[in-house]
Amino acid sequence: MATKPAIHLKVNPIACSGHGVCAELLPELISLDEWGYPLVSDKPVPAGLARQAKRTVTDCPALALLITRKEHDERA
Amino acid sequence: MTTFTPAVDLPRRKLRLLPPPGQPAIDLAEHLARYGPLPYRGGRGLLIDDVRAAGLTGRGGAAFPVHRKLTAVLRAADGRRPVVVANGAEGEPASAKDKSLLLLAPHLVLDGIQLAAEAVGADEAVLYVGTDERGSTWLTSLISQRRAAGVDLAAVRLIMAPPRFIAGQESALANRISGKPALPSFAPPRVYQRGVDGRPTLVQNVETLAHLSLIGRYGPSWFRAVGTADEPGTAICTLRQADGRVDLTEAPLGSPLASLLDLRGGPGCTAVLVGGYHGAWLPAATAAELTLSNADLKPHGASVGAGVLAALPQDRCGLRETARVARYLALESAGQCGPCRNGLPRIAGALAELADLSHPADAPWRRPDPEIIADLRRWAGLVERRGACAHPDGTVRFVASALRVFGAEVGSHLRGRCTKPNLWPFLPVAAGPTQEQDWW
Repeated sequence: MATKPAIHLKVNPIACSGHGVCAELLPELISLDEWGYPLVSDKPVPAGLARQAKRTVTDCPALALLITRKEHDERA
Repeated sequence: MTTFTPAVDLPRRKLRLLPPPGQPAIDLAEHLARYGPLPYRGGRGLLIDDVRAAGLTGRGGAAFPVHRKLTAVLRAADGRRPVVVANGAEGEPASAKDKSLLLLAPHLVLDGIQLAAEAVGADEAVLYVGTDERGSTWLTSLISQRRAAGVDLAAVRLIMAPPRFIAGQESALANRISGKPALPSFAPPRVYQRGVDGRPTLVQNVETLAHLSLIGRYGPSWFRAVGTADEPGTAICTLRQADGRVDLTEAPLGSPLASLLDLRGGPGCTAVLVGGYHGAWLPAATAAELTLSNADLKPHGASVGAGVLAALPQDRCGLRETARVARYLALESAGQCGPCRNGLPRIAGALAELADLSHPADAPWRRPDPEIIADLRRWAGLVERRGACAHPDGTVRFVASALRVFGAEVGSHLRGRCTKPNLWPFLPVAAGPTQEQDWW
């Protein structure tokens, strides 16, 4: 039986302008630092939060929140 | 022909990349007579095995294995023409090795560009150098001379980097060469996949390419004859001695730091900055036991980096030096990522408050707030790994090492005292226009 790859949340720090919407929509995985920029958990998104995480990604006004399948992208 | 001499003391011994004193190999015919013709391999990919066997790593700071980058670009090419970039931006004010190499042995770098271009199948290359009108004009004339002599197969353009600390960061470099501001991009895609004009791009430090040109000529076992088994070859180092001299040397990796820096004599030295402004401070006594190798330096939180070694004179305050450099690094932030834009100025400000005691010593209410140390640690944690490039991480590494190594000074400063009498700045920071957007 094939299992779905774990998904992770990642912020594009250049695109992020610190609206803070993500921390309101997904407080389980995202908090804000003292300047209002998101601190995103580096753990895989639990299955129960996957829908909510995807919703948060589409609701980011700066389109700065991303879903990745792997924690790090390989170089070669 | 005009010759340029870098403002550093040159080594007196016979070395690999740096020419003998007084005879820089600037003339193409003389260069080819000294090193022999360019050892083109006759096809893409053919040089890579030699590079792997040689164990050459990048000399720009990250020490990434060169054969892996070559392979990655070759694979990413997939029918498209890759671009090769020789990175001589050297935005780090404490480093002089890339500028010096380009002045003293430019043809080794230009040879390396050609061999790297052949290895990845590129017919276009860029020599990316720091802002220097005279030097650039001269390098451009060398490039046309080689083209006319039929030595070069790939066409080389010279492009100047803006005088910014991060102008040599791979994606900032790719953006600059593509005609955009020299600002870092978010990865992926990485530069080897999509760099200059969206094409696969090989970026190598100019010194790395000079080594490559000699590996192409003399082979991997020649390259491995010096250095350590894990870190073979030599590295050009900028040595800032405690007495203020700046030496340029080319040292085998694994050389004792004490053989490079005068850690005892002269005015004396308390600490050593290893690896430049993204590097780390080490106590002089610790440094005296270590060699120029990542194997030795990594456990102490330092790395060879781009070969900057600076011995802090005994009469200077390490906290003041760190605060001044941290302020410079904060101003050099591209300001694109929130944590870096907010965190670095706060870190620099707190360090300045800790370091600068230029208020009456009999005014205890103006002592630095002890909370500063906790603030610094918290902010360090908040900027680390949260930028698009490594600028915040490198800055934090540098600052954290200062708090470790200058612990005693931190204590004195919190009591409102500094034991170091000499307030004259030691480490150089760029004097240029740091805040003008035009300079990106």
